[in-house]
Amino acid sequence: MYFCADFKMTLESRVMQTKRFGFLVLLFSFLMSTSMMASDSHGESGEISMKEQIRKDIDHHLKDSHSFHLWGDHDEGTAVGFPLPIILWDGQIHTFSSSEFHHSENNVVESKGSYFREYHSKIYSTDAEGSITYDENHEFVANDKPIDFSITKNVFSLILISALIFWIFSTVAKRYKNDPVPRGMSKIFEPLVIFVRDEIAIPNIGEKHYKKYMNYLLTVFFFIWMINLFGQTPLGINITGNIAITFALALITFLITTFTANKNYWGHIFWMPGVPYLMRVVLAPIEVLGMFIKPFALLIRLYANISAGHVVIMSIIGLLFVFENWFARGAFLGLGLFLSVIELLVAFLQAYIFTMLSALYFGSAVEEPHADH
Amino acid sequence: MEIPTIVGAGLIVIGVGIGIGRIGGSAMEAIARQPEASGKIQSAMIIAAALIEGIGFAALFAA
Repeated sequence: MYFCADFKMTLESRVMQTKRFGFLVLLFSFLMSTSMMASDSHGESGEISMKEQIRKDIDHHLKDSHSFHLWGDHDEGTAVGFPLPIILWDGQIHTFSSSEFHHSENNVVESKGSYFREYHSKIYSTDAEGSITYDENHEFVANDKPIDFSITKNVFSLILISALIFWIFSTVAKRYKNDPVPRGMSKIFEPLVIFVRDEIAIPNIGEKHYKKYMNYLLTVFFFIWMINLFGQTPLGINITGNIAITFALALITFLITTFTANKNYWGHIFWMPGVPYLMRVVLAPIEVLGMFIKPFALLIRLYANISAGHVVIMSIIGLLFVFENWFARGAFLGLGLFLSVIELLVAFLQAYIFTMLSALYFGSAVEEPHADH
Repeated sequence: MEIPTIVGAGLIVIGVGIGIGRIGGSAMEAIARQPEASGKIQSAMIIAAALIEGIGFAALFAA
Protein backbone atom coordinates (compact mmCIF):
# COMPACT_ATOMS: atom_id res chain seq x y z
CA MET A 1 0.00 0.00 0.00
CA TYR A 2 1.31 3.35 -0.88
CA PHE A 3 0.15 5.86 1.67
CA CYS A 4 1.34 9.38 1.21
CA ALA A 5 4.64 8.58 2.76
CA ASP A 6 5.78 12.16 2.64
CA PHE A 7 2.66 13.64 4.14
CA LYS A 8 4.60 14.25 7.31
CA MET A 9 5.46 17.85 6.63
CA THR A 10 8.89 18.82 7.63
CA LEU A 11 9.31 21.72 9.94
CA GLU A 12 10.77 23.82 7.18
CA SER A 13 7.90 23.36 4.79
CA ARG A 14 5.44 24.14 7.56
CA VAL A 15 7.29 27.31 8.34
CA MET A 16 7.23 28.18 4.65
CA GLN A 17 3.49 27.61 4.49
CA THR A 18 2.85 29.81 7.48
CA LYS A 19 5.14 32.44 6.07
CA ARG A 20 3.40 32.34 2.73
CA PHE A 21 -0.02 32.59 4.33
CA GLY A 22 1.13 35.38 6.59
CA PHE A 23 2.54 37.23 3.62
CA LEU A 24 -0.75 36.96 1.75
CA VAL A 25 -2.68 38.21 4.76
CA LEU A 26 -0.29 41.12 5.11
CA LEU A 27 -0.56 41.95 1.43
CA PHE A 28 -4.35 41.95 1.40
CA SER A 29 -4.67 43.96 4.57
CA PHE A 30 -2.17 46.44 3.22
CA LEU A 31 -4.05 46.83 -0.01
CA MET A 32 -7.34 47.14 1.87
CA SER A 33 -5.84 49.90 3.95
CA THR A 34 -5.89 52.14 0.91
CA SER A 35 -9.66 51.86 0.97
CA MET A 36 -9.79 52.38 4.72
CA MET A 37 -7.79 55.56 4.54
CA ALA A 38 -10.60 57.12 2.55
CA SER A 39 -11.84 58.90 5.61
CA ASP A 40 -15.42 59.29 6.60
CA SER A 41 -15.25 63.02 6.26
CA HIS A 42 -16.67 62.38 2.84
CA GLY A 43 -20.10 62.83 4.36
CA GLU A 44 -22.49 65.41 2.99
CA SER A 45 -20.79 68.66 3.85
CA GLY A 46 -23.68 70.85 2.96
CA GLU A 47 -22.63 72.78 -0.07
CA ILE A 48 -20.58 70.24 -1.99
CA SER A 49 -22.26 67.14 -3.29
CA MET A 50 -20.72 63.72 -2.85
CA LYS A 51 -19.51 63.45 -6.42
CA GLU A 52 -17.74 66.78 -6.33
CA GLN A 53 -16.19 65.95 -3.01
CA ILE A 54 -14.86 62.72 -4.48
CA ARG A 55 -13.53 64.52 -7.51
CA LYS A 56 -11.84 67.06 -5.29
CA ASP A 57 -10.23 64.38 -3.20
CA ILE A 58 -8.97 62.43 -6.20
CA ASP A 59 -7.50 65.64 -7.54
CA HIS A 60 -5.91 66.27 -4.20
CA HIS A 61 -4.31 62.85 -4.24
CA LEU A 62 -2.98 63.18 -7.75
CA LYS A 63 -1.47 66.61 -7.47
CA ASP A 64 1.49 67.88 -5.55
CA SER A 65 0.96 69.90 -2.42
CA HIS A 66 2.94 72.04 -0.05
CA SER A 67 2.11 70.12 3.07
CA PHE A 68 2.10 66.44 3.87
CA HIS A 69 -1.45 65.68 4.81
CA LEU A 70 -1.75 62.20 6.24
CA TRP A 71 -5.33 61.85 7.29
CA GLY A 72 -8.17 63.87 8.72
CA ASP A 73 -10.03 66.81 7.37
CA HIS A 74 -8.88 70.39 7.14
CA ASP A 75 -12.28 71.94 7.65
CA GLU A 76 -13.13 69.90 10.71
CA GLY A 77 -9.78 70.62 12.23
CA THR A 78 -8.78 67.01 12.64
CA ALA A 79 -6.07 67.06 10.01
CA VAL A 80 -2.94 65.14 10.83
CA GLY A 81 0.13 65.89 8.85
CA PHE A 82 2.97 68.28 8.74
CA PRO A 83 3.67 71.40 6.71
CA LEU A 84 6.65 71.48 4.42
CA PRO A 85 9.04 74.38 3.96
CA ILE A 86 8.52 76.79 1.12
CA ILE A 87 11.54 78.26 -0.62
CA LEU A 88 10.95 81.05 -3.08
CA TRP A 89 13.19 83.23 -5.16
CA ASP A 90 12.19 86.53 -6.61
CA GLY A 91 15.46 88.41 -6.32
CA GLN A 92 16.03 87.33 -2.76
CA ILE A 93 15.45 84.05 -1.02
CA HIS A 94 12.31 83.66 1.06
CA THR A 95 11.83 80.66 3.24
CA PHE A 96 8.94 79.99 5.51
CA SER A 97 6.78 77.12 6.54
CA SER A 98 3.68 76.39 4.53
CA SER A 99 1.55 76.45 7.67
CA GLU A 100 1.80 80.24 7.64
CA PHE A 101 -0.42 80.32 4.62
CA HIS A 102 -3.25 79.01 6.73
CA HIS A 103 -2.78 81.54 9.49
CA SER A 104 -4.08 84.52 7.57
CA GLU A 105 -7.55 84.74 6.10
CA ASN A 106 -6.57 85.31 2.53
CA ASN A 107 -3.65 82.90 2.44
CA VAL A 108 -1.25 85.84 2.28
CA VAL A 109 2.18 85.62 3.82
CA GLU A 110 4.61 88.47 4.20
CA SER A 111 8.30 87.80 4.01
CA LYS A 112 11.10 90.37 3.79
CA GLY A 113 8.80 92.97 2.39
CA SER A 114 7.07 91.05 -0.38
CA TYR A 115 3.75 89.37 -0.09
CA PHE A 116 2.91 85.96 -1.40
CA ARG A 117 -0.38 84.27 -1.71
CA GLU A 118 -1.24 80.65 -2.24
CA TYR A 119 -4.10 80.50 -4.69
CA HIS A 120 -5.29 77.12 -5.95
CA SER A 121 -2.07 75.57 -4.68
CA LYS A 122 0.19 77.87 -6.68
CA ILE A 123 2.15 80.71 -5.16
CA TYR A 124 1.92 84.20 -6.58
CA SER A 125 3.50 87.52 -5.70
CA THR A 126 0.88 89.92 -4.58
CA ASP A 127 0.29 92.98 -2.41
CA ALA A 128 -0.75 93.29 1.19
CA GLU A 129 -4.38 92.41 0.61
CA GLY A 130 -3.60 89.44 -1.55
CA SER A 131 -5.28 90.60 -4.73
CA ILE A 132 -5.29 88.30 -7.68
CA THR A 133 -5.72 89.77 -11.14
CA TYR A 134 -6.77 87.79 -14.14
CA ASP A 135 -5.76 88.52 -17.69
CA GLU A 136 -8.20 89.73 -20.36
CA ASN A 137 -9.81 86.42 -21.13
CA HIS A 138 -10.29 85.65 -17.43
CA GLU A 139 -8.49 82.36 -17.80
CA PHE A 140 -5.07 82.74 -16.32
CA VAL A 141 -3.88 84.59 -13.29
CA ALA A 142 -1.78 87.55 -14.31
CA ASN A 143 0.18 87.95 -11.09
CA ASP A 144 3.89 87.35 -11.19
CA LYS A 145 5.10 84.10 -9.83
CA PRO A 146 8.31 83.77 -7.88
CA ILE A 147 10.54 80.86 -8.79
CA ASP A 148 9.37 78.08 -6.55
CA PHE A 149 12.01 75.83 -5.07
CA SER A 150 9.89 74.58 -2.21
CA ILE A 151 10.15 71.17 -0.76
CA THR A 152 6.75 69.91 -1.74
CA LYS A 153 5.22 66.53 -0.98
CA ASN A 154 6.69 65.00 -4.12
CA VAL A 155 10.17 66.34 -3.50
CA PHE A 156 10.05 65.19 0.08
CA SER A 157 8.93 61.68 -0.83
CA LEU A 158 11.49 61.53 -3.62
CA ILE A 159 14.27 62.35 -1.20
CA LEU A 160 13.00 59.76 1.26
CA ILE A 161 12.71 57.01 -1.32
CA SER A 162 16.08 57.82 -2.84
CA ALA A 163 17.63 57.65 0.61
CA LEU A 164 15.94 54.29 1.14
CA ILE A 165 17.22 52.88 -2.15
CA PHE A 166 20.67 54.25 -1.44
CA TRP A 167 20.73 52.72 2.01
CA ILE A 168 19.51 49.36 0.73
CA PHE A 169 22.09 49.09 -1.97
CA SER A 170 25.01 50.38 0.00
CA THR A 171 24.24 47.81 2.68
CA VAL A 172 23.96 45.07 0.10
CA ALA A 173 27.23 46.12 -1.53
CA LYS A 174 29.07 46.25 1.78
CA ARG A 175 28.04 42.71 2.60
CA TYR A 176 29.80 41.39 -0.46
CA LYS A 177 33.20 42.59 0.66
CA ASN A 178 33.79 39.81 3.15
CA ASP A 179 31.39 37.16 2.04
CA PRO A 180 30.62 36.23 -1.58
CA VAL A 181 27.46 34.37 -0.57
CA PRO A 182 24.42 36.59 -0.35
CA ARG A 183 22.66 36.75 3.00
CA GLY A 184 19.60 38.56 4.22
CA MET A 185 18.63 41.50 2.06
CA SER A 186 21.12 40.56 -0.63
CA LYS A 187 19.13 37.42 -1.27
CA ILE A 188 16.39 39.48 -2.88
CA PHE A 189 18.45 42.05 -4.62
CA GLU A 190 21.15 39.93 -6.17
CA PRO A 191 18.78 38.06 -8.52
CA LEU A 192 17.16 41.36 -9.44
CA VAL A 193 20.46 42.97 -10.32
CA ILE A 194 21.45 39.91 -12.31
CA PHE A 195 18.07 40.05 -14.03
CA VAL A 196 18.72 43.62 -15.12
CA ARG A 197 22.16 42.68 -16.32
CA ASP A 198 21.38 39.45 -18.14
CA GLU A 199 17.92 40.07 -19.49
CA ILE A 200 17.93 43.80 -20.12
CA ALA A 201 21.45 45.10 -20.52
CA ILE A 202 23.39 42.38 -22.31
CA PRO A 203 20.82 41.36 -24.95
CA ASN A 204 20.19 44.95 -25.94
CA ILE A 205 23.55 46.62 -25.59
CA GLY A 206 25.92 43.76 -26.23
CA GLU A 207 28.81 42.33 -24.31
CA LYS A 208 31.31 45.04 -25.17
CA HIS A 209 29.64 48.17 -23.88
CA TYR A 210 27.02 47.16 -21.39
CA LYS A 211 29.04 47.98 -18.33
CA LYS A 212 29.04 51.68 -19.01
CA TYR A 213 25.28 51.82 -18.85
CA MET A 214 24.61 49.41 -16.03
CA ASN A 215 24.70 52.15 -13.39
CA TYR A 216 21.97 54.14 -15.02
CA LEU A 217 19.85 51.14 -15.94
CA LEU A 218 19.93 49.75 -12.41
CA THR A 219 19.17 53.15 -10.93
CA VAL A 220 16.25 53.83 -13.18
CA PHE A 221 14.81 50.34 -12.76
CA PHE A 222 14.73 50.37 -8.98
CA PHE A 223 13.84 54.03 -8.81
CA ILE A 224 10.72 53.68 -10.92
CA TRP A 225 9.74 50.39 -9.32
CA MET A 226 10.04 51.66 -5.74
CA ILE A 227 8.25 54.89 -6.54
CA ASN A 228 5.41 53.08 -8.26
CA LEU A 229 5.09 50.77 -5.27
CA PHE A 230 5.03 53.66 -2.84
CA GLY A 231 2.33 55.26 -4.96
CA GLN A 232 0.10 52.33 -4.09
CA THR A 233 0.33 53.05 -0.36
CA PRO A 234 -2.40 55.05 1.33
CA LEU A 235 -0.07 57.98 1.89
CA GLY A 236 -1.21 59.60 -1.31
CA ILE A 237 2.25 59.92 -2.84
CA ASN A 238 2.03 60.29 -6.57
CA ILE A 239 5.52 60.83 -7.96
CA THR A 240 5.72 59.01 -11.29
CA GLY A 241 2.22 60.21 -11.96
CA ASN A 242 3.68 63.66 -12.26
CA ILE A 243 4.68 64.49 -15.77
CA ALA A 244 7.65 66.57 -14.70
CA ILE A 245 9.33 63.59 -13.04
CA THR A 246 8.88 61.26 -15.98
CA PHE A 247 9.98 64.07 -18.26
CA ALA A 248 13.22 64.33 -16.31
CA LEU A 249 13.81 60.58 -16.55
CA ALA A 250 13.14 60.51 -20.28
CA LEU A 251 15.36 63.56 -20.73
CA ILE A 252 18.26 61.83 -19.01
CA THR A 253 17.81 58.79 -21.23
CA PHE A 254 17.77 61.04 -24.27
CA LEU A 255 20.90 62.89 -23.17
CA ILE A 256 22.79 59.69 -22.49
CA THR A 257 21.79 58.28 -25.86
CA THR A 258 22.81 61.42 -27.69
CA PHE A 259 26.08 62.00 -25.95
CA THR A 260 27.43 58.48 -26.01
CA ALA A 261 26.44 57.70 -29.55
CA ASN A 262 29.03 56.72 -32.10
CA LYS A 263 29.28 57.67 -35.73
CA ASN A 264 27.27 54.69 -36.83
CA TYR A 265 24.24 55.95 -34.91
CA TRP A 266 24.35 59.37 -36.49
CA GLY A 267 24.96 57.73 -39.82
CA HIS A 268 21.79 55.76 -39.46
CA ILE A 269 19.83 58.90 -38.72
CA PHE A 270 21.07 61.26 -41.35
CA TRP A 271 22.73 59.31 -44.08
CA MET A 272 21.56 55.77 -43.73
CA PRO A 273 23.65 53.24 -45.61
CA GLY A 274 21.99 50.88 -48.03
CA VAL A 275 19.19 53.24 -49.05
CA PRO A 276 19.04 55.13 -52.37
CA TYR A 277 20.15 58.74 -52.07
CA LEU A 278 16.82 60.39 -52.76
CA MET A 279 15.15 58.30 -50.09
CA ARG A 280 17.81 59.33 -47.60
CA VAL A 281 16.88 62.97 -47.98
CA VAL A 282 13.26 62.12 -47.39
CA LEU A 283 13.88 59.82 -44.47
CA ALA A 284 16.33 62.02 -42.56
CA PRO A 285 13.74 64.44 -41.07
CA ILE A 286 11.59 61.51 -40.04
CA GLU A 287 14.51 59.90 -38.31
CA VAL A 288 15.33 63.14 -36.50
CA LEU A 289 11.74 63.34 -35.37
CA GLY A 290 11.94 59.74 -34.24
CA MET A 291 14.99 60.60 -32.18
CA PHE A 292 12.83 62.91 -30.09
CA ILE A 293 9.65 60.92 -30.16
CA LYS A 294 11.18 57.80 -28.67
CA PRO A 295 12.01 59.34 -25.27
CA PHE A 296 8.74 61.25 -25.46
CA ALA A 297 6.87 57.96 -25.75
CA LEU A 298 8.80 56.69 -22.72
CA LEU A 299 7.65 59.65 -20.73
CA ILE A 300 4.02 59.47 -21.78
CA ARG A 301 3.80 55.74 -21.27
CA LEU A 302 5.00 55.83 -17.68
CA TYR A 303 2.98 58.90 -16.76
CA ALA A 304 -0.26 57.73 -18.32
CA ASN A 305 -0.06 54.17 -16.98
CA ILE A 306 0.55 55.21 -13.41
CA SER A 307 -1.87 58.13 -13.35
CA ALA A 308 -4.62 56.14 -14.98
CA GLY A 309 -4.12 53.37 -12.45
CA HIS A 310 -4.37 55.77 -9.54
CA VAL A 311 -7.44 57.50 -10.94
CA VAL A 312 -9.25 54.22 -11.54
CA ILE A 313 -8.56 52.82 -8.11
CA MET A 314 -9.49 56.02 -6.33
CA SER A 315 -12.66 56.37 -8.38
CA ILE A 316 -13.71 52.88 -7.41
CA ILE A 317 -13.03 53.63 -3.77
CA GLY A 318 -14.97 56.84 -4.18
CA LEU A 319 -17.85 54.83 -5.58
CA LEU A 320 -18.01 53.05 -2.24
CA PHE A 321 -19.37 56.24 -0.75
CA VAL A 322 -21.84 56.98 -3.49
CA PHE A 323 -23.71 53.73 -3.23
CA GLU A 324 -25.92 52.95 -0.26
CA ASN A 325 -26.45 49.28 -1.00
CA TRP A 326 -23.98 47.16 0.95
CA PHE A 327 -23.84 44.45 -1.65
CA ALA A 328 -22.72 46.94 -4.27
CA ARG A 329 -20.18 48.34 -1.85
CA GLY A 330 -18.76 44.90 -1.25
CA ALA A 331 -18.51 44.25 -4.97
CA PHE A 332 -16.69 47.50 -5.57
CA LEU A 333 -14.36 46.88 -2.69
CA GLY A 334 -13.50 43.52 -4.19
CA LEU A 335 -12.94 45.13 -7.56
CA GLY A 336 -10.73 47.77 -5.99
CA LEU A 337 -8.71 45.10 -4.25
CA PHE A 338 -8.30 43.17 -7.47
CA LEU A 339 -7.18 46.28 -9.29
CA SER A 340 -4.69 47.09 -6.54
CA VAL A 341 -3.06 43.72 -7.03
CA ILE A 342 -2.87 44.35 -10.75
CA GLU A 343 -1.33 47.73 -10.03
CA LEU A 344 1.50 45.97 -8.22
CA LEU A 345 2.21 44.05 -11.40
CA VAL A 346 1.97 47.24 -13.42
CA ALA A 347 4.49 48.90 -11.11
CA PHE A 348 7.07 46.27 -11.93
CA LEU A 349 6.12 46.06 -15.58
CA GLN A 350 6.43 49.77 -16.23
CA ALA A 351 9.83 49.86 -14.58
CA TYR A 352 10.90 46.90 -16.71
CA ILE A 353 9.60 48.45 -19.92
CA PHE A 354 11.24 51.80 -19.26
CA THR A 355 14.56 50.17 -18.50
CA MET A 356 14.36 47.80 -21.43
CA LEU A 357 13.56 50.52 -23.92
CA SER A 358 16.32 52.71 -22.53
CA ALA A 359 18.69 49.79 -22.96
CA LEU A 360 17.43 49.35 -26.52
CA TYR A 361 18.16 52.98 -27.33
CA PHE A 362 21.58 52.75 -25.75
CA GLY A 363 22.22 49.63 -27.76
CA SER A 364 21.37 51.35 -31.00
CA ALA A 365 23.66 54.21 -30.00
CA VAL A 366 26.74 52.03 -29.64
CA GLU A 367 25.99 49.59 -32.40
CA GLU A 368 28.88 48.62 -34.63
CA PRO A 369 28.22 48.75 -38.36
CA HIS A 370 27.18 45.34 -39.56
CA ALA A 371 28.08 43.78 -42.81
CA ASP A 372 24.86 43.65 -44.78
CA HIS A 373 25.01 47.24 -46.05
CA MET B 1 -17.68 65.05 -21.73
CA GLU B 2 -18.87 65.70 -25.23
CA ILE B 3 -19.88 63.02 -27.68
CA PRO B 4 -16.79 63.21 -29.96
CA THR B 5 -14.53 62.70 -26.96
CA ILE B 6 -16.41 59.62 -25.88
CA VAL B 7 -16.53 58.19 -29.39
CA GLY B 8 -12.80 58.81 -29.75
CA ALA B 9 -12.05 57.10 -26.46
CA GLY B 10 -14.13 54.13 -27.54
CA LEU B 11 -12.26 53.83 -30.82
CA ILE B 12 -8.94 53.98 -29.01
CA VAL B 13 -9.92 51.17 -26.70
CA ILE B 14 -11.11 49.11 -29.65
CA GLY B 15 -7.74 49.65 -31.33
CA VAL B 16 -5.78 48.67 -28.25
CA GLY B 17 -7.99 45.66 -27.68
CA ILE B 18 -7.57 44.37 -31.22
CA GLY B 19 -3.82 44.92 -31.12
CA ILE B 20 -3.18 43.20 -27.83
CA GLY B 21 -5.64 40.47 -28.71
CA ARG B 22 -3.77 39.65 -31.89
CA ILE B 23 -0.45 39.61 -30.08
CA GLY B 24 -1.86 37.31 -27.43
CA GLY B 25 -3.31 35.06 -30.09
CA SER B 26 -0.14 34.69 -32.09
CA ALA B 27 1.83 34.21 -28.89
CA MET B 28 -0.46 31.34 -27.93
CA GLU B 29 -0.08 29.76 -31.35
CA ALA B 30 3.67 30.05 -31.18
CA ILE B 31 3.78 28.49 -27.73
CA ALA B 32 1.57 25.68 -28.96
CA ARG B 33 3.97 25.00 -31.79
CA GLN B 34 7.10 25.06 -29.68
CA PRO B 35 6.55 24.81 -25.93
CA GLU B 36 10.28 25.08 -25.14
CA ALA B 37 10.41 28.67 -26.35
CA SER B 38 7.49 29.73 -24.16
CA GLY B 39 9.67 31.84 -21.85
CA LYS B 40 11.00 34.00 -24.65
CA ILE B 41 7.63 34.26 -26.32
CA GLN B 42 6.04 35.34 -23.08
CA SER B 43 8.55 38.13 -22.52
CA ALA B 44 8.19 39.35 -26.08
CA MET B 45 4.42 39.31 -25.72
CA ILE B 46 4.50 41.36 -22.53
CA ILE B 47 6.81 43.90 -24.10
CA ALA B 48 4.67 44.32 -27.18
CA ALA B 49 1.53 44.59 -25.04
CA ALA B 50 3.08 47.31 -22.92
CA LEU B 51 4.10 49.28 -25.99
CA ILE B 52 0.62 49.16 -27.43
CA GLU B 53 -0.90 50.09 -24.11
CA GLY B 54 1.46 53.04 -23.95
CA ILE B 55 0.05 54.46 -27.14
CA GLY B 56 -3.45 53.67 -25.96
CA PHE B 57 -3.03 55.53 -22.70
CA ALA B 58 -1.36 58.48 -24.36
CA ALA B 59 -4.23 58.78 -26.79
CA LEU B 60 -6.76 58.39 -23.98
CA PHE B 61 -5.18 61.23 -22.11
CA ALA B 62 -5.31 63.44 -25.16
CA ALA B 63 -8.96 62.58 -25.74
